[in-house]
Amino acid sequence: MTPEHASRRAEIAAGVQASLAAGLGMYPLGVAFGLLVVQAGLPWWMAPALSLAAFAGSLELLLVGLIAAATPVATIALATLVVNFRHVFYAFSFPLRVVRHPLARAYSVYALIDEAYAMTAVRPHGWTSWRLLAMQVSFQVYWVGGGLTGVALATALPGPIEGLEFALCALFITLTLDAARTRAQVPSLLLAGLAFSLAVVAFPDTALLAAMLLFVGALVLRFLLGRARG
Amino acid sequence: MADPWYVVGVLAVVLVITLALRAVPFAVLEPLAESRFVRAMAAWMPAGILLVLAAVTFRSSASAGHLLHAAVAAAVTAAVHLTCGRRTLLSVGAGTLVFVGLVNLP
Repeated sequence: MTPEHASRRAEIAAGVQASLAAGLGMYPLGVAFGLLVVQAGLPWWMAPALSLAAFAGSLELLLVGLIAAATPVATIALATLVVNFRHVFYAFSFPLRVVRHPLARAYSVYALIDEAYAMTAVRPHGWTSWRLLAMQVSFQVYWVGGGLTGVALATALPGPIEGLEFALCALFITLTLDAARTRAQVPSLLLAGLAFSLAVVAFPDTALLAAMLLFVGALVLRFLLGRARG
Repeated sequence: MADPWYVVGVLAVVLVITLALRAVPFAVLEPLAESRFVRAMAAWMPAGILLVLAAVTFRSSASAGHLLHAAVAAAVTAAVHLTCGRRTLLSVGAGTLVFVGLVNLP
């Protein structure tokens, strides 16, 4: 094995390892999604089809109900825009620059889910093309695999273990703790906490989007105020 | 099941919008990578966005009467993470195990 191959293997292994904690939450959530697809009366292949077209967990869970109710395509387009709008902010720090090959870049952008952003947000340095892609491909395997498992389970078993989806919450808690190690992050955390509280009170049904918009709006204000002060 | 053209239309619309939301910002921001604004946002955003994601997933886990269970599991997650060397998989595993245990208690 050449040194180049050896380092590529090490990078892929590191990427898969980085994916494991999130996978612990994504796989069971995928199972729940697969179950939902069958229970809503949609054909089983809608689970992998939606996971390839959207690859965004919360949106897919919402789409199942909308498709089952034969919601007009224009309404679905609007819902997609609203639910996934937060992704526009991820380009600020996602390390896409390390990926060179055009096809690999396209995949990396396509597979820029919350979990991929979160993992890179905490450790912004040290990413290589192979590591990043291995992590993102692993995420999609967990998610699509979970969906297919859910579809299979829907016809066989009484139901999966309740509560496993807490792994995603636990993951984001640990990543927040890792990102908040310096005092310089305190203003951002306070603004985010405030944004979330306001969002839950004022927009309980679209709290995620509202919280992110309020938070980013507050950061823009912070930047402008800082500049005005010099 | 609705007609296949409806399904194809939905999948196409969802794919295009999701992809555009993820791709367009890179095209817009790339030339601005050195600007003070983009660098400030890149430094400030991650911690807050992670907190929002944590809060939103906590809220969804805590719904349906599981607020106390979720609070205990979140505390365990944070405690394990801070005391056992910030090993993500261990912290996530411990917190999840506690939550699954509490939720499925008879």
